[in-house]
Amino acid sequence: MSKGFVAINVERCKGCSFCVEFCPTHVLALSSAFNSKGYHTPHVVASDKCSGCDLCGMYCPDFAIYGARYAR
Amino acid sequence: MSEQLLEVECEIPEGSFNPVEPFLRMDRIPHIWCAGCGIGTTVNCFTRALLESKANLDKVAIVSGIGCTGRVAGYARLDSFHTTHGRAIPFATGLKLANPELQVVVYSGDGDLFAIGGNHFIHAARRNMDIKVICVNNLTYAMTGGQTAPTTPSHVISATAPYGVFEPAFNLVQLADACGASYVARWTTFHVKQLARSMEEVLKKKGFCFIEIVSPCPTLYQRRNKMGDGLDTMKYYKQASKIRHGAPTSECSLSKSGEIVVGKFIDRERPDYYELLQAQMHDTLGERYAEPEVGCSEC
Amino acid sequence: MHADPRGVLTGVHFLDGDHACCEGTLAAGARFAAGYPITPSTEVVERFASRIPTVGGIFIQMEDELAASIAIQGAVWGGAKAFTVTSGPGFSLMMEHIGYAAITETPCVFVNVQRGGPSTGLPTLPAQADMMQAKWGSHGDYGIIALCPNSPQECFDLTITGFNLAEEFRVPVMMMLDECVGHMTEKVIIPPAEQIEVSPRRYTHKPPAEYRPFEPDGTQVPEMVKAGDGYRFHVTGLTHDERGYPSMNVTTQDRLVRRLVDKLKPFSNGRAICETAGLEDAEVAVVSYGITSRVAQRAIELARKRGIRAGKFRIISAWPFPEQHIAELAGRVKAFVVPELNLGQMVHEVERAAAGRARVIPVSHAGGTVHDPEVILKAIVEAAQ
Repeated sequence: MSKGFVAINVERCKGCSFCVEFCPTHVLALSSAFNSKGYHTPHVVASDKCSGCDLCGMYCPDFAIYGARYAR
Repeated sequence: MSEQLLEVECEIPEGSFNPVEPFLRMDRIPHIWCAGCGIGTTVNCFTRALLESKANLDKVAIVSGIGCTGRVAGYARLDSFHTTHGRAIPFATGLKLANPELQVVVYSGDGDLFAIGGNHFIHAARRNMDIKVICVNNLTYAMTGGQTAPTTPSHVISATAPYGVFEPAFNLVQLADACGASYVARWTTFHVKQLARSMEEVLKKKGFCFIEIVSPCPTLYQRRNKMGDGLDTMKYYKQASKIRHGAPTSECSLSKSGEIVVGKFIDRERPDYYELLQAQMHDTLGERYAEPEVGCSEC
Repeated sequence: MHADPRGVLTGVHFLDGDHACCEGTLAAGARFAAGYPITPSTEVVERFASRIPTVGGIFIQMEDELAASIAIQGAVWGGAKAFTVTSGPGFSLMMEHIGYAAITETPCVFVNVQRGGPSTGLPTLPAQADMMQAKWGSHGDYGIIALCPNSPQECFDLTITGFNLAEEFRVPVMMMLDECVGHMTEKVIIPPAEQIEVSPRRYTHKPPAEYRPFEPDGTQVPEMVKAGDGYRFHVTGLTHDERGYPSMNVTTQDRLVRRLVDKLKPFSNGRAICETAGLEDAEVAVVSYGITSRVAQRAIELARKRGIRAGKFRIISAWPFPEQHIAELAGRVKAFVVPELNLGQMVHEVERAAAGRARVIPVSHAGGTVHDPEVILKAIVEAAQ
């Protein structure tokens, strides 16, 4: 079970890929799916690696993603 | 169409929300900034700084000027003022002096603060006015289409320099230092953790504080100069940045594609404007001095 | 409510207009001023700088008029009554921020002690050539209130009125002095504080969830708010809706900008401030303001001695223009004579309001000194024919 989770608001995303690039454990990848504006959005490809550090949330210029630790 | 997506998802706990959302006027999201623009990233850092500093959000006022960064005031769920081009700092001065209890943050861009607003910047720094100036420096006038700014490095193409900029650019941290700012730091939008920490420091520090944040403008600055998109720029920041706390600010100039010196350069103690005012008045007037009651509820 | 006695210098004084104006600001409750030195206005803030530390407030000399004119607005949103002071060249610099005060409905006062222009002009000599600029100087459509004192006593009294009107209408108010009135020294009576009526800021009592910073109540003027009270409001110079959020479309523009102008209509209709004499039987109405009105007074007396039925209409609130009064007079008199220390500014408003029903004779003057009463008399004689 991973330490953290990622929540993505797909419609807000503009596909800049900051989150994908700077996630320290490579939890995310840019999907070939796209939102209603035509942007390719990230999706979780390695959820077990997520530590909930929220670096993705800090990088996201569109407030479209955040990460958090599961409460224990 | 799309290939088969990996079905791995995260389980999101009930009631979980993006920590930035309570700080935003969510009825105005999505914002106007472009894909890959770094302004939103700086807002995330500012949010974290507000949280960590345990600031009373009712007492934090944000003042901005005109430009892409100037739009931050409209999105931040604080008492916010979107003022005229270049004049966020004098507005903030009046606001702060009327109610010294307020934490007044000026959040604006490089053109707004240093071209048209340059005079106000240097005087507020000189006076050590207790305001915190957050400058998103995307090296251009983004909102109006990417014209030359006082920070645009030499040889860069801009909308008003189609053959390349040849004017020397301002070194903002040196300028802030020379004018007497109490706190001077520079980060890029890549340095989210350090930036949030710097912002938290200034929220806890009295005096004129200045943070420069180098940020991409992929639509105009990077595109015109074939420097890639926002992600390419962030990778450049990661590769080219050198953290040098305490470096002499005169050695921190930016260039088209060279090294970016980041870090905290100045953190000094000086009495701020209000303290100086009080000291002088008490000294000369003694008991005749009446404590200022500038902004009041009953007047 | 009554003036705060800490700011009221009760007594009988011998003051010049600039100094009296400063006392007016203090009596009105101003506790913040930002200024930049410019002749012939500087004494207003010099006195304020000297008085305010014992009254309890702040004066800051800003780096230029652009800074001064917006610093006062920051102070207003921080809860203060605030003003700035300038003359022609500084007034020109302040224009953008007068427009900002108009669209953000920031109550504040701008004192312009007019001097010869254009440009650097005649720094130490009077003129009245900024009158149109007071109304139209900033870009776009908006309204302001402008008052014209003609004596140091009025510099005191009308400044208080100016602050009160700013609060009532949430509008920038222009105090249009001139170098003569500003630098003439006369008796000024400052009454006890309890005899001075001061309008408090109309702060909202609605809770933050209900309050809209730009939603007018029945008077077309929204209630006010200040930073630090938990309202988390937004103020912008962009065209905005009732929430204060930018809303840049045709419908909002129409609604907002029309209201900015219309909200002053109650003031222009029936509340215009003026001083009249001898108009009941007048064949000629002499319309003037500021220092020129005192010279015109002499000319009117000389005309009456010659048997010409000349009457006085002294404009005190120049903007919104008292068009109803002028229109009414136009139906009764043969002609208006309009002496001004400019090449014709308010005379155009008189012509507009008269709508051709009476002749309008300007008596212009490029500025630098006051009219010779004989020149105004000559125009009255011509008007009476």
